[in-house]
Amino acid sequence: MDNNDKCKRGNLSRRDFLKTMGAAGLATAGLSACVGGGDGNQSTAVGEPTGEMTLRTNPTTGDKVSLLGFGMMRLPSVGGKSAREGNEEIDQEMVNAMVDYALEHGVNYFDTSPAYCQGMSERATGIALARHPRDKYFIATKLSNFAPSTWTREASIEMYRNSFRELQTDHIDYLLLHSVGNSGMETFKARYLDNGILDFLLQERKEGRIRNLGFSYHGDVEVFDFLLSKHDEYKWDFVQIQLNYLDWKFAEQINPRNVNADYLYGELLKRGIPAIIMEPLLGGRLSNVPDNIVAQLKGRDPESSVASWAFRFAGSFPGVLCVLSGMTRMEHLRDNLRTYSPLRPLTDEEFAFLQHTAEMMMQFETIPCNDCKYCMPCPYGVDIPAVLLHYNKCLNEGNIPSSSQDPHYREARRAFLVGYDRSVPRLRQASHCIGCGQCAPHCPQSIDIPKELHRIDRYVEQLKQETL
Amino acid sequence: MTLAILFFVAVTLLFLDFTGTIHAWLGWVAKVQFLPALLAVNTGVVIALVLLTLLAGRVYCSVICPLGVFQDVVSWLSGRRRKKKWRFTYSRPLPWLRCTVLVLFVAAMLAGVGSFVALLDPYSAYGRIASNLFAPVYAWGNNALAWMAERADSYAFYETSVWMRGLPTLVIAIVTLVVVVVLAWRGGRTYCNTVCPVGTVLGFLSRFALFRVSIDADKCKECGLCARKCKASCIDVKNHTIDYSRCVDCMDCLDACRHDALHYKRHKQNAALDVNGNGKAGDEGVDSSRRTFLTVTAAVAASEALKAQEKKVDGGLAVIEDKVAPKRATRIVPPGAEGQKHFYQHCTGCQLCVSVCPNEVLRPSTGLLTLMQPEMSYERGYCRPECNKCSEVCPAGAIKPITVADKVSTHIGHAVWVKKNCVPLTDGVECGNCARHCPVGAIQMVPSNPSDPASVKIPVVNDERCIGCGACENLCPARPFSAIYVEGYEKHHID
Repeated sequence: MDNNDKCKRGNLSRRDFLKTMGAAGLATAGLSACVGGGDGNQSTAVGEPTGEMTLRTNPTTGDKVSLLGFGMMRLPSVGGKSAREGNEEIDQEMVNAMVDYALEHGVNYFDTSPAYCQGMSERATGIALARHPRDKYFIATKLSNFAPSTWTREASIEMYRNSFRELQTDHIDYLLLHSVGNSGMETFKARYLDNGILDFLLQERKEGRIRNLGFSYHGDVEVFDFLLSKHDEYKWDFVQIQLNYLDWKFAEQINPRNVNADYLYGELLKRGIPAIIMEPLLGGRLSNVPDNIVAQLKGRDPESSVASWAFRFAGSFPGVLCVLSGMTRMEHLRDNLRTYSPLRPLTDEEFAFLQHTAEMMMQFETIPCNDCKYCMPCPYGVDIPAVLLHYNKCLNEGNIPSSSQDPHYREARRAFLVGYDRSVPRLRQASHCIGCGQCAPHCPQSIDIPKELHRIDRYVEQLKQETL
Repeated sequence: MTLAILFFVAVTLLFLDFTGTIHAWLGWVAKVQFLPALLAVNTGVVIALVLLTLLAGRVYCSVICPLGVFQDVVSWLSGRRRKKKWRFTYSRPLPWLRCTVLVLFVAAMLAGVGSFVALLDPYSAYGRIASNLFAPVYAWGNNALAWMAERADSYAFYETSVWMRGLPTLVIAIVTLVVVVVLAWRGGRTYCNTVCPVGTVLGFLSRFALFRVSIDADKCKECGLCARKCKASCIDVKNHTIDYSRCVDCMDCLDACRHDALHYKRHKQNAALDVNGNGKAGDEGVDSSRRTFLTVTAAVAASEALKAQEKKVDGGLAVIEDKVAPKRATRIVPPGAEGQKHFYQHCTGCQLCVSVCPNEVLRPSTGLLTLMQPEMSYERGYCRPECNKCSEVCPAGAIKPITVADKVSTHIGHAVWVKKNCVPLTDGVECGNCARHCPVGAIQMVPSNPSDPASVKIPVVNDERCIGCGACENLCPARPFSAIYVEGYEKHHID
């Protein structure tokens, strides 16, 4: 509790600092005091987290929310991978063990959706959480009526009610309109306005079955601005946005259809709406980084993981209520617990250092895929994220030769092609993308998936035919 | 002996290697095989082999022929197993059987019944055994290494798929293996000296060989050790004669003789040739219990066994149905084969090309007349533009060497569109995957409704450009039957 209080005391000055920082790049003191307070309790790079989890307070309900939230999107399967890969079942025992461990170490926010893990996440979450007293944790779930077949009022309400059954609860602590902004304003209207679902949810909040109502946002900024402009009417209790040190300033540069996180966060801060952070690690792209970035981050703090930098970045903003992490393995959980038990907020100098790191990362033309698998399943069997991630991996490892004259052309070619067959079965490779475009509207990162797959396929052909 | 093992290992490696690297070094050991060389009209090799036999006897059979060496290995194992070092006995020759087989063989060759030729050719028989039965084991071993390499983040090994290319050929390989192993286990080179047509031809020549093993009747004590060491069962001790048509010049007898009566030397013209009749028919020692022979599990085609999916929201993989081969009016044979007639007349069905094809296109055909001789089909891959592996390895000249540049201008067939399967029409989505992957730009996408330029696009094939590589058929999203498939040409043409 001590740490928590200390951090709260630092809140005001830090808020001001970050606000100005975001706007003008100015820096004030104020952070270091809190950093000093946290240092004493800081855990080592391995082993059990020892300190207390940093907590943040929800201004409307007064909920004391753990800074680390457990994202239930990448749950482990019995085969040990994420349950969204292949068609294996969720490893419920492992989920139970991780949930128990998380609760034990102060995590109390669990975020799921009817869509996650091929629709199996809510049930697994419900089973794991029902073994604990209901007042020890907060449940967040979403109304994931993406498919046009679920746009009717009846289908949407049925999806909402089903969440209660799956999660074995009579109230949802945090309910979100899921991924508004994908496919623009028209789709948003069809999903939530024309069918009266938003009004229905507001009524449910009034009646206490929803304690906090918010939305998660990706894509078209028009929807984000529209919903915030209606804040006086809807009274959003929270908003979930994508924020990390790469998207802070570079989201628009990576993809013109997206919006920089500093804008999103700034808009929320202006209105005093708490932010919940998703993709703090970009689906692992900020932990699995090119070698020179690893050297840079590790060089500064050899005992901390690469991922911990990304979590410290997201957690250092005072307007952030909770930072979600989709954890597949116990090691992920442990590492994140160490980072936030308690949080060592970034100093202004470290903040600048991460912005510099982001600039370095921008030199790699990584495809911004976070492996969320919203695009899947491809009706023609292509394993879209696996193809994109393989390309990114090769990019990080320097195995994308640009010409046959490159010094390590033969090794790089072999690594790319052999690795390709390993990561993606031949029948699921990019050559089988017919360009029907059914995946593209589902991508929260607005990647033009068919274009990227065809580009990679052309590159593979060049490698195979040696015509580079 | 050492040389024989080297040849044997080299040929076996040829069939096991799926990377195509060994052929550059060892490809010649397949090209010096007798029948393939004969069919390839590889005059140099045939003359060399004939001269070798006329000079030194059937050295070919004991050193170069992989099936011969394989029989020696089996026989040696049998000797070890039965603890019998002196396990052979003289047996009478069976010239009528040998000649009948040879006559049938030549007749089949002239009549173009490739399947019968392929069945009896010793090199091809061994090739089938190696590629159908040994190669899967080798590939599985490789895959185990690849599995480990993957976990060690090494790219030294990569996984390769093990699949059954053709059931009849697999069965024939198993039957051949069992027959050869049984014969070799019991009596050494029985197969070579009763069935093998190459053995018969070379045996005829070796009767006139310059250098032969001969028995010095003065020194011979008729102890019979040499006969019991002779895997060809061709030494008649009683009459001090050797049947040179059956002797494979292994020289085992020379070491066996304790009286210095056997020598390998220049033969005097008037010496007795083979003797028919007055040798005692050897009673074959068939006492030992028969062991169960290698039971090699058939390679089950690695079809992706995916369970049907329930509710899929995010994540998950759509089930991919296996492709099924369309009925082709004309078979497809690889570039370099010039056409079906040339191909099937020259192919000895050794499966070397089948085992080396990295794209899993070649497989043995099942037609009666061309049984075991390969054909192409595009369910698992297509004839990739950068590959000419099969033409590099073919020892029989059935697939002539062809450069990669020539290959992509050789028309081996043409694509045919099947309207009812085409995805733009059945699913109403944009596709064009065939056009996108055509290496020669033979496919264009045009509006399905000529009067409406905005209608979904369908492929049209320019037959003049199409080379029949099958990229379109293989990558067509329609399953199990593709909406575009390749019909072969009887005769290939080059532009």
